Amino acid sequence: MANTFQLEIVTPEKVAVRDSAEEMQIPGTNGYLGILPGHAPLITELAVGEITYRNGSTVHHLAVAWGFAEVLPDKVTILAETAERAEEIDLKRAQLAKQRAEEEFKTGASEQDFTRAEDDLKRAEVRLQVAQSKNT
Amino acid sequence: MANILDIRRRIRSVTNTRQITKAMKMVSAAKLRRAQDRALAARPYAQMLSNVLKSLVSRAEIYDPETGEPRHPLLAHRPENRILLIVVTGDKGLAGAFNTNILKAATRFLESKHGKNIEIEAVGRKGRDFLKRRFKAAKPREKDSQAAPAITIVGEQVGVLQKVEYSFASELAENIIKRYTEQEIDAVYLVYNEFKSVIAQRLVVEKVLPVEHVGETEIAQYEGMTQEQKKEAIEAAKGAGVRLRPADTTAADAVAAKFGTAQVDYIYEQPTGELFSALLPKYVTIQIFHGLLESVAAEHAARMTAMDSATNNATDMIDSLTLAMNRVRQAKITKEIIEIVSGAAAAS
Repeated sequence: MANTFQLEIVTPEKVAVRDSAEEMQIPGTNGYLGILPGHAPLITELAVGEITYRNGSTVHHLAVAWGFAEVLPDKVTILAETAERAEEIDLKRAQLAKQRAEEEFKTGASEQDFTRAEDDLKRAEVRLQVAQSKNT
Repeated sequence: MANILDIRRRIRSVTNTRQITKAMKMVSAAKLRRAQDRALAARPYAQMLSNVLKSLVSRAEIYDPETGEPRHPLLAHRPENRILLIVVTGDKGLAGAFNTNILKAATRFLESKHGKNIEIEAVGRKGRDFLKRRFKAAKPREKDSQAAPAITIVGEQVGVLQKVEYSFASELAENIIKRYTEQEIDAVYLVYNEFKSVIAQRLVVEKVLPVEHVGETEIAQYEGMTQEQKKEAIEAAKGAGVRLRPADTTAADAVAAKFGTAQVDYIYEQPTGELFSALLPKYVTIQIFHGLLESVAAEHAARMTAMDSATNNATDMIDSLTLAMNRVRQAKITKEIIEIVSGAAAAS
């Protein structure tokens, strides 16, 4: 059996990643999933989180906010609303976004503000985490 | 008779104008190419999304097997008494009849829904300016409002078209989905200029909500291009080196068609109904996003065509002015010769 699989990450604006990978982790809504070549066919929704995949000795990190993944034995396709590579993330902006979200979190009056702030905070945190991990 | 100096001055001014229109045409052509590429880049996502939704429709029992009623609120039909209309025009003018045509189509739609409560969301400065003169701005209607049906403007979006962001479409969609689910509105339509290629464009009124059939768009009203418009567009596109045919997407579409539809037993991490509910709002969003992208491409194409014919008109005008100037000059020379000749005759 082949020891790699095809990987495609598609966002509304472009095809963000088209690559092959030996293993990857995706943030399913029910928890992170590890995927190796030959995985059983699977469909899952993705939460806000970090995608990591390894191709040879390079590990790639991406931040995603909401997505949808189809896993086949030889191919993984991910639809994501946003997918940012570690090197694309502006660290300063991410930090600012985090601060803003924290502010809102404290001042938010209604339930709605609260959940929104929580979402924003999560997103900002993931982006920071991804940006800091860079490709190693 | 006009004097030579005046005519020369006019020729110079028209030449300057021609320079500007020519430059604008080339700029529009470049922007059009970019807009086309963006629309193309957005295609795989849209295709995959609608394909996987289609396959989920059959698996998730979206429709109640006994009553045939849909189980998802965005599929629910209600009598159309309160309608939300999203009108997409451009932010700038000088694009021929582009904005006018869209607003005409919107007006026709409003007439066809006479007597209903219609709320308008205006995207683009030109459309907003026009609609604001005719209709009052108002707050979104409350669910149980007893006020008489009227046409009001509930929102305006200006300056978002220069670079259409997915997040903008997403916010807009989120808002209308919320209002639809809370039964504040019964239907949502989108008026825009559909753009398949330079020569395949239509003005359409598309039904966004309720979702009728996943993967097919419900067109409530449309209007194609006239032969004459097509001819002008072809000429402009040729002069600017813009491709006429839509780009070939069959290969990419074939790949997209496989998404989530392989003939295998998938493990669904979440119940299929839940997945469907998570995906449907994204489908609505992508429809709006897609409409915006096409409208932007169409606007640039319209401006390119308009500027091309303006350039041609300027050339014609320069030609006829040059002719007139030469005639005047000839006449003047002839007159002088006659004067000299008759002067000499008188002297001898």
